[in-house]
Amino acid sequence: MSNAAAAAATSPSADAAKSPLARLGAAFVGRLVIIIPYLWLLFFFLIPFIIVFKISLSQTAIAMPPYTPVLDFSGGISGFFDQLKQLSIDNYTWLTEDALYFNAYVTSVIIAAISTVLTLLVGYPIAYGMSRAPATIRPTLLMLVILPFWTSFLIRVYAWIGILKPEGLLNQLLLATGVISQPLIILNTYTAIFIGIVYSYLPFMVLPLYSSLEKMDYSLIEAAKDLGCPPTSAFWKITFPLSLPGVIAGCLLVFIPAVGEFVIPDLLGGSQTLMIGKTLWNEFFANRDWPVSSAVAVILLLLLIVPIMLFQQAQARAQEQGK
Amino acid sequence: MKSLGSIRRDFAPWNDPNAKPYIQFDNVTKKFGDFTAVNNLSLTIFEREFFALLGASGCGKSTLLRMLAGFEEPTAGRILLDGQDLRGIPPYRRPVNMMFQSYALFPHMTVENNIAFGLKQDGMPKPEIAARVAEMLKLVKLEQFAKRKPHQLSGGQRQRVALARSVAKRPKVLLLDEPLGALDKKLREETQFELMDLQQKLGLTFVVVTHDQEEAMTMADRIAILDKGEVMQVATPPEVYEAPASRFVAHFVGNVNMFEGKVAERTAKTTRISGATGAQIVVENAGDAAAGADIVFAIRPEKIKISSKKPADAINALEGEVYDIAYLGDMTVYHVRLDDGQMVRASTMNAARVTEDPLSWNDRAWVSFRSDAGVVLTR
Repeated sequence: MSNAAAAAATSPSADAAKSPLARLGAAFVGRLVIIIPYLWLLFFFLIPFIIVFKISLSQTAIAMPPYTPVLDFSGGISGFFDQLKQLSIDNYTWLTEDALYFNAYVTSVIIAAISTVLTLLVGYPIAYGMSRAPATIRPTLLMLVILPFWTSFLIRVYAWIGILKPEGLLNQLLLATGVISQPLIILNTYTAIFIGIVYSYLPFMVLPLYSSLEKMDYSLIEAAKDLGCPPTSAFWKITFPLSLPGVIAGCLLVFIPAVGEFVIPDLLGGSQTLMIGKTLWNEFFANRDWPVSSAVAVILLLLLIVPIMLFQQAQARAQEQGK
Repeated sequence: MKSLGSIRRDFAPWNDPNAKPYIQFDNVTKKFGDFTAVNNLSLTIFEREFFALLGASGCGKSTLLRMLAGFEEPTAGRILLDGQDLRGIPPYRRPVNMMFQSYALFPHMTVENNIAFGLKQDGMPKPEIAARVAEMLKLVKLEQFAKRKPHQLSGGQRQRVALARSVAKRPKVLLLDEPLGALDKKLREETQFELMDLQQKLGLTFVVVTHDQEEAMTMADRIAILDKGEVMQVATPPEVYEAPASRFVAHFVGNVNMFEGKVAERTAKTTRISGATGAQIVVENAGDAAAGADIVFAIRPEKIKISSKKPADAINALEGEVYDIAYLGDMTVYHVRLDDGQMVRASTMNAARVTEDPLSWNDRAWVSFRSDAGVVLTR
């Protein structure tokens, strides 16, 4: 073997042996960065969820806390297992027996779905306009979208009561301009809920849409036009398909919190609206039935987690095929 | 059968006064705010011509192309294609297609669908689209890649897809914006010849924008050299190189030595130039430069001979010292500082493997050239 070949053969191993400790350290730091979010999820999501899940399997009791059994380790391991044996799925069967819960779930999903579509319809043109605006004014526009977050969400929803109520600002304006002769009844209807959700969640729709539209290469649109595609058609064939990741992200960000929304239906929707967030609140605070409200919460989570996982699987498959 | 080369040699409609222009820029001006990108420019391009717009960035060449494609409208003047005024016609109704510098391939479509895109817009029947797409894939040798997405292709393959997509509709004119800019040097050279073959095969008119003079020289029938939105010269590659119209063109295309000076004496056949630094140069082709006029004598490095002794029969011979030598393999470039201070660049082809007369750094040397080797520039 020539010298050069020998040197070439040994050099990679020499390189690898250079500083194993340093590389181990780097690997550890790399892991640590990933571990932190996982720890966060463990402490602030998984453990609370397990507690809620456990409560959902308990029975209500007039006590503090208002359910039994309360797990404690004073009775040793066997005592702990005795406590576990008292758990039952009665609360879940109860949810299926009373049509109220089923209706509340279905209504919530429908209201959330309609609101999501409405938010998309309002948010897409805003995001599109922002992404096509001169680069110098884009940060300002972005700021305007985020600005409402600087005020309390609750206060902003209260403000809508002032706008929508029969003697509110909207009706005063419409009456004064002669568009209507009778005040519109908007407050305490589903319309008010839609308005509230679309208003509150608009930034969650606009921001992901904007980020996917903004990075799109404008020469693609020019290429489509160059190949004989009129502007409207170019939008549906090029712009919209390429913004789909933003559309999906925005819709999930609106749909998921909207299903469990409590404040908006409570303040704007009045007493007769049936949404699962309100039902949950009633069970918890009005009835003090922690186990049933926990069961409602667990089912709500399952209801939302299934579409998310399906979506993620579909995306993973699409990426796999892409390769 | 004529070879492609001989067809090209016969092709010179710009010399034919009866030839009908195909693309005409008539006093076209384009302003972006205060900035004038194209300034009162007129240009004529003929059918089946391979025409290059050459210039540095910001010279207006891309703006010209974009006006032809319909992405920009001229501020003043008009553009005619085959006799039709293009003003007001949107890009999607113009019979021209463009190959974009970034390729602008649709990332969510397969190679096939990218190529078929324009054909579908025209409402071509499906079997015909399939046949045309297959033909295009064969033309650019990408048959196996029909089902791939653009991100699964190499840079060279993407360039071919972009090319196939832009010629699929058989446009009257194909516009190419820096078509080879993103390729590496070797691939670029191969592709230059492929583009020329393709243009001959399809019989289309090509207008290519480039900042690379070699690329323009290799491919184009004629080159327009642009600067600050104005045409400096329109000519065939040999004319541009051997007979540049101005100092700018001489400088822009290839390497050149320039001697500032005055016309000292004109006779029927020769003109004597008195260099600003003292050199006396005799030339045959001084054009219309009058005696006493300030001119520049421009001469290409390969037309200058370098030797260690004064050549006996040379009309023009100047003495100096070898300042720098660059050995490039196929040729050697010498930088000689003349005794009057002027730097001269001379290049010698390394036809033989051994140099008989090796010159070294700081050696005394003579540079000599014939009286018809250079040009006199008055602008």
